[in-house]
Amino acid sequence: MLKVDRIQLGIVLDHIQAGKGFLIFQELGLSSRKEPTALLMNVPSSKMGKKDMIKVSGVLDLDLTKLGLLDPGITVNYIEGGEVIRKVKPGLPERVVGLIKCKNPRCITSTESYQEPIFTLVDKENKEYQCHFCGERVRV
Amino acid sequence: MGEGKVGLSSLKGRHFVDALDLSQAEYDLLFSLAEDIMESPQDYAHCCSGKILATIFYEPSTRTRLSFEAAMLRLGGRVITVADAATSSVAKGESLADTIRTVAGYADLIVLRHPKEGAAKLAAMYSPVPLINGGDGAREHPTQTLTDLFTIKRYKGRLEGLTVAFCGDLRYGRTVHSLIRALALREGIRFILISPAELRLPRAIVEEILETNPGLGLVETEDLEVGLSEADVLYMTRIQKERFFNEEDYIRLRDSYILTRRKLEGAKENLLVMHPLPRVTEITHDVDEDPRAIYFQQARNGMFVRMALIASLLGVV
Repeated sequence: MLKVDRIQLGIVLDHIQAGKGFLIFQELGLSSRKEPTALLMNVPSSKMGKKDMIKVSGVLDLDLTKLGLLDPGITVNYIEGGEVIRKVKPGLPERVVGLIKCKNPRCITSTESYQEPIFTLVDKENKEYQCHFCGERVRV
Repeated sequence: MGEGKVGLSSLKGRHFVDALDLSQAEYDLLFSLAEDIMESPQDYAHCCSGKILATIFYEPSTRTRLSFEAAMLRLGGRVITVADAATSSVAKGESLADTIRTVAGYADLIVLRHPKEGAAKLAAMYSPVPLINGGDGAREHPTQTLTDLFTIKRYKGRLEGLTVAFCGDLRYGRTVHSLIRALALREGIRFILISPAELRLPRAIVEEILETNPGLGLVETEDLEVGLSEADVLYMTRIQKERFFNEEDYIRLRDSYILTRRKLEGAKENLLVMHPLPRVTEITHDVDEDPRAIYFQQARNGMFVRMALIASLLGVV
């Protein structure tokens, strides 16, 4: 199996749904980092069958809201001295600002572009959010 | 002044953009104040002296704008107005937020009508003075709800335990959306929703009201006669040309329901026939003579309950 060295300081994004790793890698802008960064795809997993993983060396300021929206099942492991010092499961965020665009052409955010769209989670099971302004529901 | 003013201080400085911005108790207090204003208008004739109301309308309006302006003038206040904002500030490329912040510097209270859904919510975020939603696209028209609830309460004596039929454009009818959401909170309410399949009440609103009140009675039908025989209140609406992207759809649906005096024969003796106006073809003019038709009284009631709202948001009662 492919081996990637342990990192001493950084972040490991684990339990990424297989196939979503590349999207998350792009969305987090990791391709422009200077530090060692690894994207592992289709890693065997006892829980998930297959999963993707991302290992980032060095300090990274993560947008957990965005991450939770991209893949609510993800686990963020913070590494220091080669050990996991904290685990975070972002899950689906309750409130999302500026990351989801309202698809309703009658919504005020379609013309007042300075206003960031605001969405609130209304149905966790179906990953459904509601626009704060027009009430339109979208699935993420 | 009467007892209506008790507890209304909670409304001072607040916005009113959504029918659910007010609690049931606050609605009832506004109704008491409106009754008091109707009975003793002289007691309120100067309470807004020195205050200015700005009405900003990006969509045409006769009733709502005049009703607000008459309300403010009857309270002794003054009015400044942009009756056609869509061809003035928008044509110059000004954002809604900038327009609101500018006008808020001139006025103590703003009434906004806008064709986009959620416009009032956005405007309220930028307004340092109380802002009232005078209608935002197909979404909300909360002061029409205030008018409608006040009218039902005046004529029925209660808002609970009623069967209310809504007929016409339930999809894009903002007056319907606001009223249904506010009425759904009342006990023993039953709705009969009469519309063509294409203009049914949006599923999100159906889900919301059933979540708010799981015991709510709700029937959906395309048959006006069903609603007529069982209803305590029949709320007719116009099929709105301005809400359709496709004119062919409008032409096909515009005459879906026409209430005539003859059709009213099968209705209850104490039915209330309401309409937010303007009426086009959906109620024939012979219905106007029927004592159950109260839409013109409804429009007049709207002015008094808007007086109560203005005075309360400005904190002058």
